[in-house]
Amino acid sequence: MATVAPTEQIRASVAAALRGRKRDVAGQAFQLALLATLLVSVGVLIALLWVTIADAMPVLRDRGVDFVTSGTSAIPTRAGVRQGLIGSLILAGFVVVFAIPLGSASAIYLQEYARDTRINRLLIANIRNLAGVPSVVFGILGLIVFAQTMRSVTGPGGGKPGLSYISGGLTIAILVMPIVILVGMEALRAVPPSIREAAYGVGATRWEVVRSHVLPYAAPGMFTGVILAMARAFGETAPLLLVGAITGYFSSPGGRGAADILQGSYTALPTQIFSFATKPAAAWGALTSAAIVVLLIAILAVNAIAILLRNRYERKW
Amino acid sequence: MATTAPLTPASLRGAPKRRRREATIRVIFAGAAAGSLVISIAIIVTLLARAIRWMTSIDQSWLIGEGWFPRRNEFDILTLLEGSIVISLIAMVVAAPLGLGAALYLSEYASPRARRTLKPILETLAGIPSVVLGFFALTVIQPTIVVGVFGAQGSSSFLAAGLAVGILIVPLVASVSEDALYAVPRHLREAAYGIGARKRTVAIRVVVPAATSGIVAALILGLSRAIGETMVIAIAAGATGGALRNINPFDGGQTMTGAISSLAIGSDQVQGSSYAFDSLFFVGLLLFIITFALNIASERVVRRIRRVL
Repeated sequence: MATVAPTEQIRASVAAALRGRKRDVAGQAFQLALLATLLVSVGVLIALLWVTIADAMPVLRDRGVDFVTSGTSAIPTRAGVRQGLIGSLILAGFVVVFAIPLGSASAIYLQEYARDTRINRLLIANIRNLAGVPSVVFGILGLIVFAQTMRSVTGPGGGKPGLSYISGGLTIAILVMPIVILVGMEALRAVPPSIREAAYGVGATRWEVVRSHVLPYAAPGMFTGVILAMARAFGETAPLLLVGAITGYFSSPGGRGAADILQGSYTALPTQIFSFATKPAAAWGALTSAAIVVLLIAILAVNAIAILLRNRYERKW
Repeated sequence: MATTAPLTPASLRGAPKRRRREATIRVIFAGAAAGSLVISIAIIVTLLARAIRWMTSIDQSWLIGEGWFPRRNEFDILTLLEGSIVISLIAMVVAAPLGLGAALYLSEYASPRARRTLKPILETLAGIPSVVLGFFALTVIQPTIVVGVFGAQGSSSFLAAGLAVGILIVPLVASVSEDALYAVPRHLREAAYGIGARKRTVAIRVVVPAATSGIVAALILGLSRAIGETMVIAIAAGATGGALRNINPFDGGQTMTGAISSLAIGSDQVQGSSYAFDSLFFVGLLLFIITFALNIASERVVRRIRRVL
């Protein structure tokens, strides 16, 4: 009983001595400054979301579903984002059909098949660089290759030849493919070699190893890349301006075949936001915010799925 | 019972059908991977061809003038370069301290739990489309900061656009440099603590130097992203179409990306000059070369310093 208090005292004084005589005021100030940068970084973006949502509330409350189901209009109170939303979904469809299979196959080749040769290293460096090319440059590529050179396929008729869903969709698919490849390669690389070796040991061929042993473990990680690519596809605007997404009034003619629609004029949600945002009249401000909220809900939902999946399936070997 | 064939290396290769399937699959995968090479070659070839065609078709003196007015055949490329540099500098002044500070806090000071929550939030915020930031720059930053704090005039400016681009790339800079800081081996920190270093000393003198390559790469990536950013500038930098040469951040002006997007949107009206629209290929090539060089530089930095460590 009597020894307890002195022990505590000794412990406290030893701790104090080890800490140093002075309190580390400069160190604490430094830590606070760092914390401030973090809070400002996150805070500004959250404030941005907050302002946008507050600004959008009147429109979303008054118009409700009507805002999402109305088409473009010159009158702010009647304009909606239906065509943009449908357009963005169709563009995302091109990502699903083209970018994901091609990107995943490239990732598998580069990570599982390719030997470490000069050419393959060049290929990987090249993909890394493609991921860093500004999206507007991909737009120029889409304009030249899809909208002009391949005009007979992408949209021979209409008011704006070649400037169609096909051109826009392929451009976006090419734009996000490096993300699918790089994230996919990372996911494959994280599968330990012992898994592969075990399968080779019982006589599996390379494809059998990849299909039955590597892919099941790498799938969640590869899926993260897919989702990131989808989120990017939803938000990209600049390349679509070059391959002709409509920024103004737009009526989507009904009652046509799938080929006609894909070869016809189009718009997308972010492009509509851009056109709302650049209109001078004040009434468009709230409408822009409302469209942004619709877009952000779509993107944040997609991102949240990616993060949940990663946290759930992340393995430590 | 038939006599067993002697076991040769050939019999270990497996059934022909299985091997054919293997070969086919391999070719399919290799083809897909080659596709990416085709894309980048296509970008370079088409941009080069169109840019050269444009360069040779115009009068070279048009490239120097007092501003960028494509419809008047004034293609002063310096106007665009200076605009891009001004915006990127403003963006980096915002993004470098904020991004690095946030990264250092997350990697060195934050509790594991806080890090697990904050990092995904940061990464999610990195996914906010730039068109949203552009609108923010136009409706909030310009009236409250540029006009309100600095007392400038007008409804758009380089400063508003630059600040928004900076905010946009903070999560990228923070996330990439945090990865680099977090990857610094624990024993380096422990060695420093072992000789009595304080937390701040460890962070600044041990962890940051060891992660220099990643930090520099993050900054270069951020810069490359800032130069290539289009929508913020298209909405908030103030130039629709032409602009006089300007480096005053409180006024508006034109950048490379801004010029490309306004040419693209205005393509229907650009009938007066047949050279106007095609100038976007030239500007696009310039933009591609600059960002490509920056990306290569960032890769080089990472590789060189990784070898030293």
